[in-house]
Amino acid sequence: MKLADIIPLIELEPVVVIDDPDYEIETVCGCDLMSDVLAFSQEKTMLLTGLTNPHVIRTAEMTDLRFIIFVRGKRPPQETIDLAKEKGINLYLSPLSMFECCGRLYKAGLDSETMRSID
Amino acid sequence: MREQVLLQSKIAQGDFSRGGETSSNLKEALRKLGIKLTISRRVTIVTYEMEMNIIIHSLGGQITVYISSEQIRVVAEDLGPGIADVERALQPGYSTADDYVRALGFGAGMGLNNIKHYSDHFTIETEEGKGTTFTAIINF
Repeated sequence: MKLADIIPLIELEPVVVIDDPDYEIETVCGCDLMSDVLAFSQEKTMLLTGLTNPHVIRTAEMTDLRFIIFVRGKRPPQETIDLAKEKGINLYLSPLSMFECCGRLYKAGLDSETMRSID
Repeated sequence: MREQVLLQSKIAQGDFSRGGETSSNLKEALRKLGIKLTISRRVTIVTYEMEMNIIIHSLGGQITVYISSEQIRVVAEDLGPGIADVERALQPGYSTADDYVRALGFGAGMGLNNIKHYSDHFTIETEEGKGTTFTAIINF
């Protein structure tokens, strides 16, 4: 699913924009546990999370994950924004809850994160 | 190529603000060497988990990453306090992390399992009151 279609679907507000709207998102991971993100995430995964500290960016960096959505309209601190810019990671806010975001994306046909190993 | 040190970095106890810097530097070094992304991702995830473990659970330590033509070897050594029950520490979901660490998204008891999962070979040497050495090998 293209980012351009996801933006209106879960009412995204941009915070850090690196990739263009044609970027294709393949899977979504809704998670507040960083080790779970490290366990399962693939490239082309969009992370939905309620955490806004800089370790979310670090975790994304290690897994080559390029899109982070902060749910329930949580604004990340400046240090998180600065690190995302430095590492080339897209940040957006959604005013919706984690459940609502996941539900709308799933209904629209986005696959859930598959629990396969990276290699 | 004979094994050589690619990176060595000291990690301070409780230094959350710098947590991940070593792994980030390693990722950049692997990129410069042209290491395949699937390998580099496994190595950096393993190193990041080890780095956070030192920050969260130990009195401080260091990470050394070795590279040869066959493999990458990540060694995390800390100054203590050692792991009382290794078998339990390896159980998915088991953690001794406090609420602050959990609020950051860590301490869910999956770190060691992740290291094991992404390594081709993983060992833990620990002695209570002394320290712990984790060694993870990822083959090319």
